[in-house]
Amino acid sequence: MNFRLGWRNIWRNPRRTLVIMSAVIIGIWSMIFLGALMRGITDQMVRNGIATLTGHIQVHHKDYRNDPVIENSITEPEAVEATLNDILPPGSRWTPRVRVNAIASNARHSSGITLVGVEPRREDKISFVAQAITQGRFLKPVDKNGIVVGKALADKFETKLGRKLVLMSQDTKREIASRAFRIVGIFRAEMEATEKQFVFITMSAAQQMLELKKGISEISIILSDYQEVDQVTVALRTALSATDYEVQSWQELLPMVTAILKMYDGFIFLWFLVVFIAMGFGLVNTTLMAVFERIREFGLLKALGMKPWWIIKGVLIESFFLLILGMAIGNSLGFLSIFVLPSTGIDLSSLAEGMEFAGMSRVIFPIIESKDVITANLVVFVLGLLVSVYPAVKAARFTPVEAMAHT
Amino acid sequence: MNIVECIDIKKTYEQGQVEVQALRGISLSIKKGGFVAVAGPSGSGKTTVLNIIGGLDSADSGRVMVDGNVLDEMNRSQLANLRLHNIGFVFQAYNLIPVLSALENVEYVMLLQGVPVADRRQRARTILDDVGLEDKYDRRPAELSGGQQQRVAVARAIVSNPSIVLADEPTANLDSKTGQDLLELMQEMNEKKKVTFIFSTHDHMVMDYARRLVKIRDGRVVDDQIKAR
Repeated sequence: MNFRLGWRNIWRNPRRTLVIMSAVIIGIWSMIFLGALMRGITDQMVRNGIATLTGHIQVHHKDYRNDPVIENSITEPEAVEATLNDILPPGSRWTPRVRVNAIASNARHSSGITLVGVEPRREDKISFVAQAITQGRFLKPVDKNGIVVGKALADKFETKLGRKLVLMSQDTKREIASRAFRIVGIFRAEMEATEKQFVFITMSAAQQMLELKKGISEISIILSDYQEVDQVTVALRTALSATDYEVQSWQELLPMVTAILKMYDGFIFLWFLVVFIAMGFGLVNTTLMAVFERIREFGLLKALGMKPWWIIKGVLIESFFLLILGMAIGNSLGFLSIFVLPSTGIDLSSLAEGMEFAGMSRVIFPIIESKDVITANLVVFVLGLLVSVYPAVKAARFTPVEAMAHT
Repeated sequence: MNIVECIDIKKTYEQGQVEVQALRGISLSIKKGGFVAVAGPSGSGKTTVLNIIGGLDSADSGRVMVDGNVLDEMNRSQLANLRLHNIGFVFQAYNLIPVLSALENVEYVMLLQGVPVADRRQRARTILDDVGLEDKYDRRPAELSGGQQQRVAVARAIVSNPSIVLADEPTANLDSKTGQDLLELMQEMNEKKKVTFIFSTHDHMVMDYARRLVKIRDGRVVDDQIKAR
């Protein structure tokens, strides 16, 4: 009967109930929807980071990350590859790369770039570049002189498909190695900086140009289940001698993205709190009004022998209904607005340039994370009931005589 | 056997800067099964007497015993228990919970007492039948007349078999015919269920129905008559 009483009480003033319920609905909706947008942004950042040549895990010569010069290459890749074949879980993919700093130049311009030597067939399954070709084609294993460049670089160099580009870098003998390539493909990336930074040639061409023989700079690994990253990283570290190799997960390879992810966790929680505080004031105010309107009734109940705790419980049951109803509708609207969003996501390309610094995408796809939904609902429900304790205690503290004399 | 025993109770209220002596030493003994009216003009202290006997208010000095309990030695929780189990109340107005039906209003006290649902529903129906509201179980207070509302209040007051029912000017908002019907109902309940009724009133009809009439003026008992049956 207490629940029946609480339910009927909240509908004594339907307009007021609907107003405060709307606040709860909007609060929960915004927590879920904007939370999902933020998650979408961070998820895309991680995907971009991983797809832009990082992968889930990388293996390098132990000094390469500190000093990425040609001398710090893996000279015996077969040993590492044998270990990878033993340890990586089924479904994993990996590819070797040569990656060195170089200078690209043509008749008009020159610019510092990162030369990446890839095995086209394997790279195809690992990083973004093969799918990102917008003009021409991706490299073929037989392309001795082919090069794939970013659209931004091509624009900057005022060049196009079929034109030549000269790459210059230091080889293993510390001599300047230089070679001309012909542009066979132009790629687009999420970030302009990526388009300007990376140029791709075949691995064999890179090894030949740099006199690396069979040496490589890195091995990039993609696992079928990204949740296994930590476990596999540890296993590889154990298997590969630390005196020769360094094994790092994407969290270590992309420290800025990792830091931003943590920061977003904090932001999302802070956002939940801010929304709740605005909503909480409304809830307290409404409950106080409802309580003060019924002071005489509380006096009557106390006169009949109702204990203060029962009155507190009664008021909390009313808040419980307001919150549960608001949460149910707010959650439904939140999920609905995410699911009805076009499958193309939300296009923020007009803002993309400003967002690139952090590796954000031009298009955001909201992502619902169960922990965000649970946190949002818990924040609203638990704190909502907590702030309702104040008006409830107020109602319970009146003596029957005071309350019944109230006009 | 006395069910209520007030010995020299005094009570002073502060109204702003002014002290108002509501009770100036009232002594009163009421026997079990009585049908007593405490009468007096407005401000005489009759409601204060009822509030103190009902444990809703406390006396500044003196001793109050109700159904064997010394009220000034009890804390708030004990007083609430006493009200819940031993005392029924009928007020002048705002007696019922507006969102509950007549049946639910009567049941509610038993819910607080922890009476199982089937039992309390049965008892609530029986008592509503007794007060002549057998066809009004599901009506909410707003759908009942003033007299019917007071009948529900009486039903609620006596449903858990209290020792005393305290009624603060129960007929004040009723026309004389309805008031009379209510008094007859209370008289019938007094006789049938042996519940002690104590009223505060300034209504002569209530005074006529009472078997004992205690008159109060300026916080003192000025007359105490026991009428012949």
